[in-house]
Amino acid sequence: MMIKTREELEAKIQKCTAELNSKFDGSDGKRYIMLCGGTGCIASNTMGIMERFEALIAEHGLGDKVGVRKVGCFGMCSQGPFVRIYPEDTLYRLVKVEDVEEIFNSDILNGKIVDRLLYEDPETGKKIAKQDEIPFYKKQKRVALHGCGVINPESLDEALGCGGYQGLLNALKMDPADVVQLILDSGLRGRGGGGFPTGRKWKFAYDQKSDQKYVVCNGDEGDPGAFMDRSVLEDNPLAVIEGMVIAGYAIGASEGYFYVRAEYPTAVMRLRNAIKLAEETGLLGDNILGSGFSFRANVRLGAGAFVCGEETALLNSIQGQRGMPRPRPPFPAVKGLWDKPTIVNNVETLATVPYILREGLDKFIQYGTEKSKGTKVFALGGKVKNVGLVEIPMGTTLRELIYDIGGGIPNGKKFKAIQTGGPSGGCLTEEYLDEPIDFDNLVAKGSMMGSGGAIVMDEDNCMVDVAKFYMEFICDESCGKCTPCRIGTKRMLEILTKITEGKATMKDLDTLEELGKACKSNSLCALGQTSANPIISTITHFKDEYIAHIVDKKCPAKVCKSLIKYTIDPDKCRKCSLCAKHCPVGAITGEVKKTPFEIDSAKCIKCGSCIAYCKSGAITKE
Amino acid sequence: MAHLQESAVRKISEICDRYKNERTPLIMILSDIQNEYGYIPLEVQEIVSAKTGISVAEIYGVVTFYSFFSLKPNGKYVIGCCLGTACYVKGAQQIIDKFSEMLGIKPGETTDDGMFTIDALRCIGACASAPAVTINGKIYAHMSVDRVAGIIDEYRKLGGAE
Ligand SMILES: Cc1cc2nc3c(=O)[nH]c(=O)nc-3n(C[C@H](O)[C@H](O)[C@H](O)COP(=O)(O)O)c2cc1C
Repeated sequence: MMIKTREELEAKIQKCTAELNSKFDGSDGKRYIMLCGGTGCIASNTMGIMERFEALIAEHGLGDKVGVRKVGCFGMCSQGPFVRIYPEDTLYRLVKVEDVEEIFNSDILNGKIVDRLLYEDPETGKKIAKQDEIPFYKKQKRVALHGCGVINPESLDEALGCGGYQGLLNALKMDPADVVQLILDSGLRGRGGGGFPTGRKWKFAYDQKSDQKYVVCNGDEGDPGAFMDRSVLEDNPLAVIEGMVIAGYAIGASEGYFYVRAEYPTAVMRLRNAIKLAEETGLLGDNILGSGFSFRANVRLGAGAFVCGEETALLNSIQGQRGMPRPRPPFPAVKGLWDKPTIVNNVETLATVPYILREGLDKFIQYGTEKSKGTKVFALGGKVKNVGLVEIPMGTTLRELIYDIGGGIPNGKKFKAIQTGGPSGGCLTEEYLDEPIDFDNLVAKGSMMGSGGAIVMDEDNCMVDVAKFYMEFICDESCGKCTPCRIGTKRMLEILTKITEGKATMKDLDTLEELGKACKSNSLCALGQTSANPIISTITHFKDEYIAHIVDKKCPAKVCKSLIKYTIDPDKCRKCSLCAKHCPVGAITGEVKKTPFEIDSAKCIKCGSCIAYCKSGAITKE
Repeated sequence: MAHLQESAVRKISEICDRYKNERTPLIMILSDIQNEYGYIPLEVQEIVSAKTGISVAEIYGVVTFYSFFSLKPNGKYVIGCCLGTACYVKGAQQIIDKFSEMLGIKPGETTDDGMFTIDALRCIGACASAPAVTINGKIYAHMSVDRVAGIIDEYRKLGGAE
């Protein structure tokens, strides 16, 4: 059904809000079983859990008393799959299909909470039944993730019931120039990594005179180890569309493009579905809500090239070409897609825009630091207990992120570093844990906030190996257009490889720094300009480790294969031959039940198979 | 696809026609062809060129630039090993090495029997399941080296390539 005027939309929003609320507060006389439909939970069989619940409800004829809703990601992926029951708001975690019957019989039929499936506070051992009381959620604030994990991402009504399109309604009552001014005043900075003030970008584009302008949403999310944008697109795609339409209204564009990685099929599907829903109701298309403003949105898929996240490369890719960057200026705001003024904004940036218009400036700027307003979504991963998706006010410290929200380091290991900013970023160590997270502070400390990847490393990670990992990535993804990046990254990778093989000299470290500087000042785009950051920050904080590799020919974390040796302790060996059977190169010999087994280091390829199969812990690497 | 069947030629023309009204449809056309056939050999690029008026040189340039497009067919089962940072710090390299070693191919290659291709992926966003492997879309969470042999067997039993 078409929504033709602002009044109609307002009425519809009211109706949808009441409807959605009733699914939480029980006012429609039903109880609801809400399931997390994030990638992590789906991989651990949310669909099986859902089918089992539905079967039990049907069996008991409770269809009009109990509903099942699958929504977006709850964020605390390491504790999934989740089941949340309303109106009581009880959260069950690590649920298996086998547990469904018990939840159904106990909680749904008899109102009795199943204690063993509740989250347990690791500090106090106390069971926690409500999501908001779990430490992981306490310090979070959902702005960009508003609605994620709450609404069904495939329903327009639920999006409208959760604040959706109130922002556009408010924007359409304003002059476009005032919308630009509001975003300027909000201090919103781009969430894609650069942190450029969004309002300034919009103002440039607004000031251009042109028959056609474009808004482009950057959903290329290239940082390996990050999935913020994917989650927003999957869990609340209409919020991003709304943000794009508001941007279009503000700068005077009538067409927009979403550029999304092909590796995110679910995000693409939900986004396309959301665009269709918006078109069918007139929230996209001609004369939106009778305002005279028209806007159309298109989807273009990436094809597996990290550099296409860079805005000029991205525009070339939309234009059907090789995704290679070009020098700026001219900036896209002046000369962008098909040479027309274009703003390129990140998914999370656009998802934040409706919040600002809906809730107002004051509410937004109450979060954050002086120069970094609002909140930031992080994909917290690596060696941390609570792996998942979190949104925190800027200014939260690294310690709060890793320990209060992340729950600290698992398996009693020691924290070593946190890497943010992906291949352009850097590592920070223990002594920086009390630093507040914002754009400028992390840069000042030698790292960067980046687009939201936050990977925690423990004592088992080798920092030289990590630097090499990023350099391999960059070298692979360098588009080859400019020489410093094409050749410089290759040379840096060769040196890092030499170091991890114990073949380097101290002089190589100087060469690395020199190459890094050359790439920084001479590369065409930030891919090359920042390519040495992971090296520089690891050399700064972990010079000892580099020296151990170079001088002592040792890898202290026992990661670099050329520098470690596997041995079997003859006293512990049970002579079972399992290790020899699984050795792919026949490097292990011995006689079953007679002589302890031995590894021939000349043949050993250090694959770790033997350790994985040994039942008596007789094999060590050193 | 050495000798293109007539039906394939028709299908490719049809794919080109899907995007007639788009301004710069090349990548969309190539994505659809890649999804349909699993690769984009030169003969196919020539048809696309004839249909769209874009030179083969330009099409070839685009096909070889993006890692999503390939000139050669993939195996029946594509083993995608995630090498995103979250997976890497949890030992993903050992997992992909193990697949390589057991199948005797490097990442990016396909076994001679056409059964398996190993693909090194950059973050599939399943960071909570690290290290993660996907095989034809199915996610294997929290992979370990000792599960590799079993998984390969599982797919060998499922059946061979045509
Ligand atoms: C190599 C490279 C990769 C990038 N990848 C992304 C990306 O995946 N997503 C993104 O939003 N911005 C990315 N950027 C930044 C974009 O060029 C651009 O600054 C951003 O999309 C602007 O949006 P924002 O101001 O809303 O952040 C990348 C930049 C470079 C140099």
